[in-house]
Amino acid sequence: MDVLELARWQFGITTVVHFFFVPFTISMAFLVAIMQTIWMRATPPRSTRWLRLTRFFGKLLLINLAVGVVTGLVQEFQFGMNWSDFSRFVGDVFGAPLAMEALLAFYLESVFVGVWIFGWGRIPPKVHLATIWVTAVGTLLSAYFILAANSFMQNPVGYEIDEATGRAEMTDIWAILTNKVLLITFPHTIFAALMVGGAVVGAVSMWHLVRGARQPELAEPDASSDAGAFRTSLRIGAVAVLIGGVGVAVTGDTQGKVMTEVQPMKMAAAEALYESQQPAPFSLLTIGTLDGREPVYQLEVPQLLSFLATGSFDAEVEGINDLQEQYTEQYGDGEYAPNIPVTYWTFRMMITAGGLAAAVALWLLWSTRRGRAPTSRWALWAAAALPVLPLAANAFGWIFTEMGRQPWLVFGLLRTGAGVSPGVGAGTVAASLAAFTVLYAGLCWLWVWLLLKHARPGLPDVSAEARWGERGGSDDASGGAGRADDADDADADRPLTFAY
Amino acid sequence: MELATVWFVLVAVLWIGYLALEGFDFGVGLLTRRFARGDTERRVLINIIGPVWDGNEVWVITAVGATFAAFPEWYATAWSAYYLPLVLILLALIGRGLAFEYRAKGDTERWRRRWDLVIFAGSLVPAFSWGVLLAGFAQGLPLDANHDFAGAGNDILTPYTLLGGVLTLTVSLLHGTHYVAVKTVGDIRTRARRLAGRLALPAAAVVAVFGGWTVLGYADAGASRWVTGVCAAAAVVAVAAGAVANARGREGRAFAATFTGVVAFGAMLFASLYPDVLPSTLSAADGLTVDNASSSDYTLTVMTWVAVPFVPAVLAYQSWVYWTFRHRLGVQHIP
Ligand code: HDD
Ligand code: HEM
Ligand code: HEM
Repeated sequence: MDVLELARWQFGITTVVHFFFVPFTISMAFLVAIMQTIWMRATPPRSTRWLRLTRFFGKLLLINLAVGVVTGLVQEFQFGMNWSDFSRFVGDVFGAPLAMEALLAFYLESVFVGVWIFGWGRIPPKVHLATIWVTAVGTLLSAYFILAANSFMQNPVGYEIDEATGRAEMTDIWAILTNKVLLITFPHTIFAALMVGGAVVGAVSMWHLVRGARQPELAEPDASSDAGAFRTSLRIGAVAVLIGGVGVAVTGDTQGKVMTEVQPMKMAAAEALYESQQPAPFSLLTIGTLDGREPVYQLEVPQLLSFLATGSFDAEVEGINDLQEQYTEQYGDGEYAPNIPVTYWTFRMMITAGGLAAAVALWLLWSTRRGRAPTSRWALWAAAALPVLPLAANAFGWIFTEMGRQPWLVFGLLRTGAGVSPGVGAGTVAASLAAFTVLYAGLCWLWVWLLLKHARPGLPDVSAEARWGERGGSDDASGGAGRADDADDADADRPLTFAY
Repeated sequence: MELATVWFVLVAVLWIGYLALEGFDFGVGLLTRRFARGDTERRVLINIIGPVWDGNEVWVITAVGATFAAFPEWYATAWSAYYLPLVLILLALIGRGLAFEYRAKGDTERWRRRWDLVIFAGSLVPAFSWGVLLAGFAQGLPLDANHDFAGAGNDILTPYTLLGGVLTLTVSLLHGTHYVAVKTVGDIRTRARRLAGRLALPAAAVVAVFGGWTVLGYADAGASRWVTGVCAAAAVVAVAAGAVANARGREGRAFAATFTGVVAFGAMLFASLYPDVLPSTLSAADGLTVDNASSSDYTLTVMTWVAVPFVPAVLAYQSWVYWTFRHRLGVQHIP
């Protein structure tokens, strides 16, 4: 393999793995913040259930956040390491959102999540609640800025090419931050993230309910209250998946139209549509090759692609061959179609996996209605499959988006081959690719193992936190400030409520 | 002042902030190995940096991001030239970041001991390697006409840059030891003070030698040499002042002194560099300077508008966190 291929594999692997953790963090931060808010507003003893859920899912959030943060670091460095000519070409435009992400989002997330982790029992409860909300907002900001960078690569705006240096220079930051691709990609990605967190909460809750119902003798002593709490969180999780599901469908539909406008080749490739057609059908699946020859079998919905691409059922959709001709004229000789089987199948798998996740979430709601708890083996399988589906859909979505942009690195401006670092040898990239792949495989294994390990026991004991919360609440009402400090002086040698 | 120069200063500030902040938590990470006696003391050390280390690490993410935005050529050239050292740094930082979180999430002795090893190695490798990298900026690299690295490993690992690595490692260790003395109570605090006393002389010596070498070897004659020299002297004085404060039991001042020392050291490196950002050892014309590596005026203006409100905001809330977790910890606090 040459440097280019190795560098692409490395980017693909590290980014897809980073994006297993990213949607989990984004959505779980919000779900945990919501649980903690309900705890603070409710009164005991009902509120204790919410505190226990907060602690329980908060721990899963932290296990995931750690891998999210460390894999993000690699992303930040990779542009310079593997893609130095790309960095030179677009740095003037592309570096800005990245730097803004660090300054506006990463500091918020990292600083305040530290306070949230170690603040239990140490700072006033309301301040503590604020820290998880700030962290959650930080994840949204971070997503916005990084997607601004990515959207520029899909649809370059707000720049001009400098005559002397041949590089892209920013002319309008506002255009970059309101890129029409960004405005629709951002909600799509956030809804897709919501499906992940919802699925994790729903699946873990379901598993506990089923296990409790199957083997009452195995359940924890306070299983009755656990079951009640998990029943509530199951609903939260399943509803989040459904909201996310509707959200991705609605935004995805708009995205298709934007994509047809700015990257028609990607839409044609998503459908393996070689000849322009009017109206164009949407194929659900194809058996045979996707190279333009007659397929062995194809299941089609007439006119659907026309609708997806343009919003009208009988519009023309341009095919790969016409676009290839058009691009050859515009950009010179070359191959302008991406890898068709990859784009065709990843697009379908994204939609299918997401759809299945929504279906499973619906079934969870249905099967636990009015106090019911299923005991079948199927219920356990459904719980196990649920989180995997939206994670897979997210990965497929990104692989589709990025592979569909090929052969361009920055659409219409820079080809992928022209972006790779000229000074770095294949051996070097191969060594780092091997190191990262092995390490990331280990990370994923560790991540799953730890999540399962900490999801398996029932809800934690939270008596210490509850006492702190109640005291803090009443002190706050009487306007007392610095309560945590005074308490510290009074019994300075008391062990911490929380420590690593 | 020109905007490009403003951004050179800001990038320098971000790097210096990183060295001064994550420097001490690297030092604390190094101390978890031999210095800490038993699991509880190790946990004391982890908990005094627990709430802050991640925020400290964002300084390097921002430094790199700001370099990318303001000096794309600098970022592209340096990061592809330092490919393998950066892979090592990344592997170390990945392990270290996970270790803090995951060490507490297992239940066997073996699990914890393995993560302890990761914390140690994950602190050692970057504490050394960042010094090599930054000293490499001052020294310059063989760059061709496209500004691409055209050398080999021995252009990166020279006696000068290796000494730079030794410097960041020793000073981080000393700085971290002072931090432990400020943040703990009991036996561990006493021992930290004693250890700091023993580390001060070697650290001051390395700073002095490296400072002299930079002033004579890598600073341009004239104003630049002057400023570099003053900063180098300040760094040595700061480390010495830290030793005096520590000997008198003024732990807070000792920590402030090494903090100042790191700031002076960083200022020295970047002062010797300016107006270059990465000189070429092959031909002066192929080197990167503040002018030929910087972004357009428009981009720099936009970034300035972002930095002006948000850098102070970050400083404010990060200081609030240090204030919130200002209390000393001892073995009795570990639940
Ligand atoms: C849609 C959202 C999204 C996307 C497309 C990316 N990230 Fe990410 N990133 C996040 C959303 C996110 C996050 C949710 O904000 C994370 C995950 C865990 C965390 O703490 O923050 C994060 C962490 C994270 C960190 C660590 C921050 C810290 O220490 O707190 C860095 C340096 C990056 N990312 C950089 C990148 C780069 C250079 C990307 C482009 C290839 C990228 N991320 C894609
Ligand atoms: C987390 C979200 C992202 C995912 C999952 C993702 C996914 C991918 C994948 C799978 C590839 C490999 C394609 C191939 O092998 O041809 C790739 C390539 C690439 N992506 Fe993305 N991407 C993401 C975000 C970004 C962002 C935000 C940027 C830019 C800021 C970006 C820039 C690139 C570059 C430079 C390449 C390498 C060139 C290439 O092979 O296409 N990606 N990405
Ligand atoms: C009806 C369902 C869906 C439709 C019509 C749809 C449509 C699209 C389209 C057209 C793109 C490509 C955008 C571009 O390259 O310009 C995309 C990307 C993406 N999709 Fe979907 N999608 C659907 C469901 C899902 C689901 C269920 C998930 C995950 C849970 C998901 C996650 C993603 C991600 C992460 C990307 C890449 C980022 C982006 O460009 O937004 N999508 N989707």
